[in-house]
Amino acid sequence: MFLLYWNENDSPATPEEMIREHFAFTDQARARGAYVSSEAIGGTVAATTVRVRDGKTMITDGPFAEAKEVMGGFYILDCKDLDEALDFAARIPDARSAGVEVRPVMHVPGWDYGPTAEYSRQAMA
Amino acid sequence: MRRGTPKPESTDAVGREALQDRSAQAIERTFREESGRIIASLIRACGGDFDLAEEAMQDAFLVALEHWRRQGVPANPGAWITTAARRKAIDRLRRDRTLAAKRQLLETDSALTALAGETGEQAMNQVKDDRLRLIFTCCHPALALEAQVALTLRTLGGLTTAEIARAFLLPEPAMAQRLVRVKRKIREAGIPYRIPAEHTLPERLQAVLAVLYLIFNEGYAATAGDSLVRQDLCSEAIRLARVLCELMPDEPEALGLLALMLLHDSRREARTGAGGELIVLEEQDRSKWDQVEIREGTALLERALRMRRADAYQLQAAIAALHCTAARADETDWGQIAALYEDLSELQPTPVVYLNHAVAVAMAGGPEDGLYLLDDARLSEQLAGYHLYHAARADLLRRAGLHQEARVAYLHAVEGTENMAEREYLERRLREMTC
Repeated sequence: MFLLYWNENDSPATPEEMIREHFAFTDQARARGAYVSSEAIGGTVAATTVRVRDGKTMITDGPFAEAKEVMGGFYILDCKDLDEALDFAARIPDARSAGVEVRPVMHVPGWDYGPTAEYSRQAMA
Repeated sequence: MRRGTPKPESTDAVGREALQDRSAQAIERTFREESGRIIASLIRACGGDFDLAEEAMQDAFLVALEHWRRQGVPANPGAWITTAARRKAIDRLRRDRTLAAKRQLLETDSALTALAGETGEQAMNQVKDDRLRLIFTCCHPALALEAQVALTLRTLGGLTTAEIARAFLLPEPAMAQRLVRVKRKIREAGIPYRIPAEHTLPERLQAVLAVLYLIFNEGYAATAGDSLVRQDLCSEAIRLARVLCELMPDEPEALGLLALMLLHDSRREARTGAGGELIVLEEQDRSKWDQVEIREGTALLERALRMRRADAYQLQAAIAALHCTAARADETDWGQIAALYEDLSELQPTPVVYLNHAVAVAMAGGPEDGLYLLDDARLSEQLAGYHLYHAARADLLRRAGLHQEARVAYLHAVEGTENMAEREYLERRLREMTC
C-alpha cells in the first residue's frame, strides 16, 4: 500500500505532466507484475467524516482530523450519491471507534487501470 | 397608436418609458418573489449543478430586461423566466459539450435530455418538491453549519454575497470563497438533490430548522456590532419557515419554530429605544408589539400543540406566547413560565435554560428563590464566562436589595458583552447601584 501526499495549497504547476508521470509509473509497475490498483481521491473540500456514538450517526464536514489515529485500511464502494456512501460508512465498525472519512474517487481522463475504471466501462457498455 | 395625434414621437416616448418602468418593476418583483422557486426547479433540471442553474437564471433575467421592455411584461413572468433559463442552460451545456471529457459528456447529455424533455409548465408543477429538495440540499449535514447558512441565504433567500458577508461581519471575498467551496463540496462529494428518505426525515428536518433558527437569531440578537436587530435576517428566516410550513404542513416542529420566530419578532419595535439602547421585556411599551404577528404566532402554536408532539421549539414558543399575551408586565403568568422552563430543561439540559428557569422562578416567587438556583455550585462554575448569567444574577440581587453584590455582578456582565445596546443597559443599571 502506497499513500500519496500533497499540499492542497500548492497546485502542481503542470498537472498534465504529473498525470503523464503517473501513467508511466503505472506502466512500469504493470510490466513487473506488481500492479494491483490505484485511484485519484478528491480533495479535503469534498471530504465528510462519519462517527457513530451510542448508536447515533454524526456527520461532519471535512477530513478526519485527530492526531493519534492513523489510517488503518480502506474500502472502495460504488455508491450512487453521498447519502448512500454515508449510510455505508456508518455500518463500518471503525465508525464506532475513531471514525470513517468518506471521499469521492475522482475521474482521471485516460486512467484505465483502477477497479472503478471497470465500473465506468460497464456503465458505458 | 391613434391617427391624428399631434406629437406622435413624444407620446410614443412616454409610452415606451412607462413600459420600461413597468418591466423594470416586474423584473424586480419576479426576482424577489419567484427566484427561490425558479432556482429550485432549475437546479433539478441541471442535474444538481448549482452554478449552471444560477448562471442560466441570471442570463434569463438579462434577456427579460431587454425583451419585456420592448414586448411588455408576460402574463406569467415566473414561467417565462423558467423557460428562458432552461434554454440558456441548454446553450451553456452545448457550448461546454465541445470541451467536455468522455465521462462529463455522459453527464452533460443526461442533463440535456432532462432539460429538453420537460416543458417549463411541467417543471412548474414539480416546484413544490423542488423547493423541498433545495432546502434539504442546502442544509445537508455533510456541509459545515456556516456553509449551510450562507448557501441557504444565497440560494433560497436570493441575498447577494455582499449582503450575507455584511450580516456575518465577514469580508466579501471570504464569503464568496465559502460559497464556492460549499458548491464544490456538493458537486464533488455527490450530495444528492433529493427529499430525504422517510427514515432519515426527522433528523434532516431538525437540521433545516436549526439553520433557519440560527439565521433568525443572528438577526435578532447580533453577537457584535451596534445594530441590535438586523431585520432582514429575521424576515428572511420567517419567510423561509413559512415556505417550509406550507410545504410540510403536518410537522409540529416546523410550525412551532415559525410560531416562536413570529412571537419574538412581534416585540421588535419595542426592544430598542430611540438611541438603539436595549429595553428589557418588563419595561417595553406593549402597545408597540405587533398584534398581527402575535395572533398568527399563537394560532400556529395551538395548531402545533394539537398534534401532541411537544418539542423544544413549541415549549419556547409557549413561553413567548405567555409574555406576548400579558397586557401588563405584572400580569405575566410566571408560574406557568417556570413550569415550561422546567419541561424545557429536560429536553435541553443546557446552562442557558437553567438560567432562564431560575429567573422565572424568581419572578413567580421572589428574587431569593431564583438566587438559590443560580448560586448552585455547578451552574455558577459552568456559566462563569457567560455575561447573561452575571446580568441575570445582578438583576435578582438588585431586586433583593443587595446593591453591593449586584454592583459586582453588573461589572462582570459589562466585561463580558460586545453588544453595544446590552452594554448601555448594563451600565445604566450599574450607575443606579452606585447612587
